[in-house]
Amino acid sequence: MTKSPMRIDLALALVALLCATLSLGIGPAHLGSGRVLAALAGQGDPVATTIVWQLRLPRALLALLVGAMLGGAGAALQGYLRNPLADPGVLGTSSTAALGAVLALYYGFAALSPLTLPLFAIVGAFAGLAPLLVLAARSEGPLALILAGVAIATAAGAGISLALNFAPNPFAAVEIMTWLMGGLADRSFLHVWLALPCVAIGLGLILLQRRALDALTLGEEGATALGIDLKRTRTLLLVATAIGVGGSVAVSGAIGFVGLVVPHLVRRFTDGRPSSVLLPSMFGGAALLAAADTLVRMVPTLEEPRLGVVTALIGVPIFLHQLVKARRQW
Amino acid sequence: MVRLDHVAVALGGRRIIDGVSAELAGGVIGLIGPNGAGKSTLVRAIAGLVASEGTILIDGAPVASIALRERARRIAYLPQGQAVHWPLTVERVVALGRLPHLAPFARPGEAEGAAIERALERTDLVALRDRPIDQLSGGERARVLLARALAVEASLLLADEPLAALDPSHQIEVMALLRAEAGRGATVIAVLHDLTLAARWCDRLLLIDHGKLVADGSPREVLTADHIRAVYGVSAFIGEAHGEPLIVPLSH
Repeated sequence: MTKSPMRIDLALALVALLCATLSLGIGPAHLGSGRVLAALAGQGDPVATTIVWQLRLPRALLALLVGAMLGGAGAALQGYLRNPLADPGVLGTSSTAALGAVLALYYGFAALSPLTLPLFAIVGAFAGLAPLLVLAARSEGPLALILAGVAIATAAGAGISLALNFAPNPFAAVEIMTWLMGGLADRSFLHVWLALPCVAIGLGLILLQRRALDALTLGEEGATALGIDLKRTRTLLLVATAIGVGGSVAVSGAIGFVGLVVPHLVRRFTDGRPSSVLLPSMFGGAALLAAADTLVRMVPTLEEPRLGVVTALIGVPIFLHQLVKARRQW
Repeated sequence: MVRLDHVAVALGGRRIIDGVSAELAGGVIGLIGPNGAGKSTLVRAIAGLVASEGTILIDGAPVASIALRERARRIAYLPQGQAVHWPLTVERVVALGRLPHLAPFARPGEAEGAAIERALERTDLVALRDRPIDQLSGGERARVLLARALAVEASLLLADEPLAALDPSHQIEVMALLRAEAGRGATVIAVLHDLTLAARWCDRLLLIDHGKLVADGSPREVLTADHIRAVYGVSAFIGEAHGEPLIVPLSH
């Protein structure tokens, strides 16, 4: 083995932690690093303690969780579908999660409690999962799943457009649009506790499929001949994606591109096996999102730029650069 | 050892295999017959990859009753024209053959390393072990995929057209490898199209047509002008060169 996947794991985990730590020191209220550290240690002044613990820490943790989930799901789905274009949205469950959230906004349920919107989103993710599970139990290959995912995403997109179309007033439409662009501003530990189990289950199930993903390098029949139960793999990956990505979309909105780009960025530092891309993609996704969420707070504009926009702006140039450099893979 | 008793396979409502019975144990056994005769389907049925009627016994147990991982340890299957979907190194591809032997959550141990090493040596791939598979020639790639199947170290090796797209030198190389596996006690079942190679390298041939077993026996018994005309619809010259069988299809 010429390349050590262990080291890229560690390096990216460190970068992610560094970005998240850095983000604790940045926000509209200017706190010196001394006050932030003191607040973290539990010995800060009340204002700094409130800002760090109630506003910045949950936000940093959410960036790590959501980024890790998106990166991990992207890597797993690219491995499972053997398709470099796959991303966490390919199965449509992130779109149905978004539709759930939009419905909560549209009907005003979102104002009832900070948890209503994320819960609607998770229900949406599961609603999108149901037809996929029926299909997965019957179909042989992944193509039917991709096509069903496209159909589900299209239907969910139509539902969202409908909500925008009939929005009771311009403010509701703007609220929906803003949420759809993704962001982590004004999140609390409630959101962390909601996202954490979803992401833990999602990433855990994905990591359990490591060998199945490697065996699928030889195709569906090759993997079966290697003793892999493909129906089980398919079902578990679907559930992992719906729960994990659904939970992520619920707290952050739709953040595009992380799941597509990160696996490609880290793949060349691994030995190329789908299993060895998983952990670096999780840490890489966490790092990218933590960095992007720090950046949105550093840009001196009145309104924070939306996180989904910034991940795309950071991700696309790096991605294109990679694409030009490593043409032979495509 | 494989026992087939009135095996039938229907795919999409069509009978592909229709009442094949045979006992297959030891040596290199060639499956021959025209395109669409059902050779690949029979191999996949023996591997337990398609549902079948009748009985398929692997070492006395019905193939469908053997747990998936246990089956994968006993039967190595080399599919037709197999693709590798990511540019893994040769060693990584061969290592996939050890997956059925790994306990859940276990890391590959010395036994795995040794088996990979043996497979690389037998297929003469040691020098190429760190090369990405997408940078290899077609012949080299076929050897890597065969090495992957050998790394399973199963007692039954099923190879579906292992000679497809290989030049004469590589064809001989692969047949010699299959023979060597049989020499180590494995039962090798290979789908073949080149009748001369089949006659030269196989201990036994099964001639299949329209899903039925037409002839079963030594190459000399199976590869007769009558059989070839009946099944392939061509006349053939059957002779000998340097003491080896030679079969040349002539015309319709």
